[in-house]
Amino acid sequence: MLRFTLSRLLLIVPTFIGITLIAFVFIRMLPGDPVLLMAGERGVSPERHAELMAQFGFDKPMWRQYVDYIGQLLQGNFGFSFSTKQPVLTEFMARFPATLELALCAIVLATVLGVSAGILAAVKRGSWIDQATMSAALVGYSMPIFWWALLLIILFSTTLGWTPVSGRISLTQFFPRVTGFMLIDSLLSGRPGAFRSALHHLILPTIVLATIPLAVIARQTRSAMLEVLGEVYMMTARSKGLSPSRVIGLHALRNALIPVVTTIGLQVSVLMGGAILTETIFSWPGIGKWMIDSISRRDYQVVQGGLLLIAAMVMVVNLTVDLLYGLVNPRVRHK
Amino acid sequence: MALLEIRNLTVSFETAAGRFHAVKGLDLSVDAGEVLAIVGESGSGKSVAMLAVMGLLPATADVSADAMLFEGRDILALPPRERRRLAGREMAMIFQEPIASLNPCFTVGFQIMETLKRHTDLDAAARRRRAIELLDAVGIPEPETRLGSFPHQMSGGQCQRVMIAIATACTPKLLIADEPTTALDVTIQKQILDLLLRLQIEHGMALVLITHDMGVVAETADRVAVQYRGRKMEDADVLTLFENPQNPYTRALLAALPENAGDGRLPTVAATGNWELPA
Amino acid sequence: MTLPTPDPASDPAVDPASGTIKLDAGPAMQPVSPLVENWHYFTRSRGAVLGLGVFMAMVAIAVLAPWIAPHDPAVQYRDALLVPPAWTENGRAAFLLGTDAVGRDILSRMMHGARFSLLIGLVVVTIALASGILVGLIAGYVGGKTDALIMRVMDIILAFPSLLLALVLVAILGPGLFNAMLAISLVLQPHFARLTRGAVLAEKNREYVTAASVAGAGHLRLMLVTILPNCLAPLIVQATLSFSSAILDAAALGFLGMGAQPPIPEWGTMLAEAREFISSAWWVVTMPGLAILATVLSINLIGDGLRDTLDPKLKRS
Repeated sequence: MLRFTLSRLLLIVPTFIGITLIAFVFIRMLPGDPVLLMAGERGVSPERHAELMAQFGFDKPMWRQYVDYIGQLLQGNFGFSFSTKQPVLTEFMARFPATLELALCAIVLATVLGVSAGILAAVKRGSWIDQATMSAALVGYSMPIFWWALLLIILFSTTLGWTPVSGRISLTQFFPRVTGFMLIDSLLSGRPGAFRSALHHLILPTIVLATIPLAVIARQTRSAMLEVLGEVYMMTARSKGLSPSRVIGLHALRNALIPVVTTIGLQVSVLMGGAILTETIFSWPGIGKWMIDSISRRDYQVVQGGLLLIAAMVMVVNLTVDLLYGLVNPRVRHK
Repeated sequence: MALLEIRNLTVSFETAAGRFHAVKGLDLSVDAGEVLAIVGESGSGKSVAMLAVMGLLPATADVSADAMLFEGRDILALPPRERRRLAGREMAMIFQEPIASLNPCFTVGFQIMETLKRHTDLDAAARRRRAIELLDAVGIPEPETRLGSFPHQMSGGQCQRVMIAIATACTPKLLIADEPTTALDVTIQKQILDLLLRLQIEHGMALVLITHDMGVVAETADRVAVQYRGRKMEDADVLTLFENPQNPYTRALLAALPENAGDGRLPTVAATGNWELPA
Repeated sequence: MTLPTPDPASDPAVDPASGTIKLDAGPAMQPVSPLVENWHYFTRSRGAVLGLGVFMAMVAIAVLAPWIAPHDPAVQYRDALLVPPAWTENGRAAFLLGTDAVGRDILSRMMHGARFSLLIGLVVVTIALASGILVGLIAGYVGGKTDALIMRVMDIILAFPSLLLALVLVAILGPGLFNAMLAISLVLQPHFARLTRGAVLAEKNREYVTAASVAGAGHLRLMLVTILPNCLAPLIVQATLSFSSAILDAAALGFLGMGAQPPIPEWGTMLAEAREFISSAWWVVTMPGLAILATVLSINLIGDGLRDTLDPKLKRS
């Protein structure tokens, strides 16, 4: 297990270097003069131009710039936002909890519902339950989720008026920000209706964001279960006269969960892409929306820094899932 | 009264090319304490018949028989819960691929003690002791440490011994061994067969040995049933079968033993005649 | 429960003349040719057949759109702004699915949009498949440091969330349909590279490859003629998956304003324009999305059918 962990950690290093390289190259790949790009429509005077060139080091040779860039990263300097003049890292940390809260709720919902549906479909293979759940899952990941979000808004917010259209909390609620998680902070504040408001705002975005992972997890669980159900050791389990619930719930599921853990991990990357769309539609103040806004505002330092931070985060999550897989699979854990 | 009595068993499956009858009108009986060998080539339905007895066939299989009696009780008519009480306690089965037969996610000890927990009243400590006893009885060295091993940490032969331990844990009256040594080394084969026979005599179990190896049959069986294409061709005690086979298929099988090869070629089963369909 | 006893007349082991059992009766069941067998399994799934049918219809619509669309997709009818679908109260028969904010017929725009979506899928899959297979073949076959390097690069691309990477690429290249297609191809390519490499590694040491090599086959021949055909099944399935991903991603980029630009009637771009009419004109929002859903769903159904057909483990009798 130790060797597995170490090997996984080692594999990360070159990939990490690679993503810094890509982030670095990104700004320099943009057509046009980098300083003018950052200045935007306002333009800069020639003196200011030279000043900025020197300040950002654009006049130095490429490799030198890259080394400086890595040096800055190691000091926690991911650049500065041109529009807010704040450090990129600070902006990221301010918005990250919003996305994290949404993503966590979504993945929990997707896992619980998805695994249950997958087991049910596998056990009742060929029945109408199997067909119905798998059809629903198929529709789930065939839909453009931004359209799905709009439909849900039309139904629940506009027509029925049950849920709000945007934001994380009602504008009338003010309470101190402790963790950055609305659900927790609203509870801690003790204000009446705060938690309820936070929950209401969270429901639709969570459902939208959870849809694709739920569908994929359901299908994967079903297929993993089916494969396990055909194994010889399942016959052994049944030949012992064990109850069906034990045979399925323990003997089969424990084995089926191994590939499903990997699937859940892969969905994190999908979640980030989905978060971009979801946050845009629901005006959710997370890093997805931040990236979109920055791209359209041409706030390129933000785009570069954000890209790197998001990729790094996804890599860390993947590493965690990899290690989790090693724990869950006895062939890896006990050599 | 025979321990296991099967009359006119038919098992069929729905496939891409139509309905496939794996077993056609099979009659079989096994007496308490005897060793019955079921021989046949691949596709003869020998495993399927025994899986039907254990109740291990998938739901897509259609099983019907005039009678399937275990100790006089019609097991086909039993409700599933009753049938599950029989499996593991009165009748048990071991399979062809030993490592694949054990659940890779649980230790060997867990899998043995699970059977004990299901069918006996032993407490945890007693189950553990019994599990060690069983491992010792099947010839696993250092049984106490082995309790915590996973299947992938053991060899094929050792896994088969564990399977035998699991199967005999509650001293069943009938043990079905479906080609238990086919996937093992020749040297290990003999050890496993010897173990099975020893346990069979010790516990007074009936042993149904499914195999395609006539040599094994000669050494271990009391009686032999020969199957071909889902039908029983011949059923006789082992000496009679070898000395005076009635059925041309049996004669062809015996002729196909390597010892009988002349001119450097094995005789084929072809053109040895036809056998009358039973009425 | 009693079953009908097996009919001796239909049992190939029984000799029809004498009613006796042939002891050398050959295979128990007649084998069928692989193509017939695959088609049989494919059509066993009603979903797959349905998907195929819908997809064919989409292709037909896309090809024939200029002739069968009721209106020109670019024409704006000033007197018919935001007209609801024909079956509703204020609808008009001339505009079956209604009109958008500047009076263009939605049905015609959707039909023309099919051309773009299918084109996107085709182009993206072709580029990603071809480059991915090439890269994966080289990595798997050559092995060693080349393999490690190539796989690192693939991992780096996969480390980024795909939509985000595509967005950034389009930001660099400039918004537009063609750039969107390029960006999505790049993002999808590692899947094919990985699949191919994995399959090549699995097949490389098999006996038939060694046999071909001993018989004198050169490297190129080994890669393309001997090994590749045996790796096709997962690639085919991945291709259908990527086809639908491409359509969805292109629509997402269009929705965010980074893909096909207005007035191109790409379905995602249509949804971007429709966003402000959520409360007032639901049909402008619903219709293009339904088109995306129908197309992607049909492709995924086909993909499922193909996976079930080509995956031997799932063939259960």
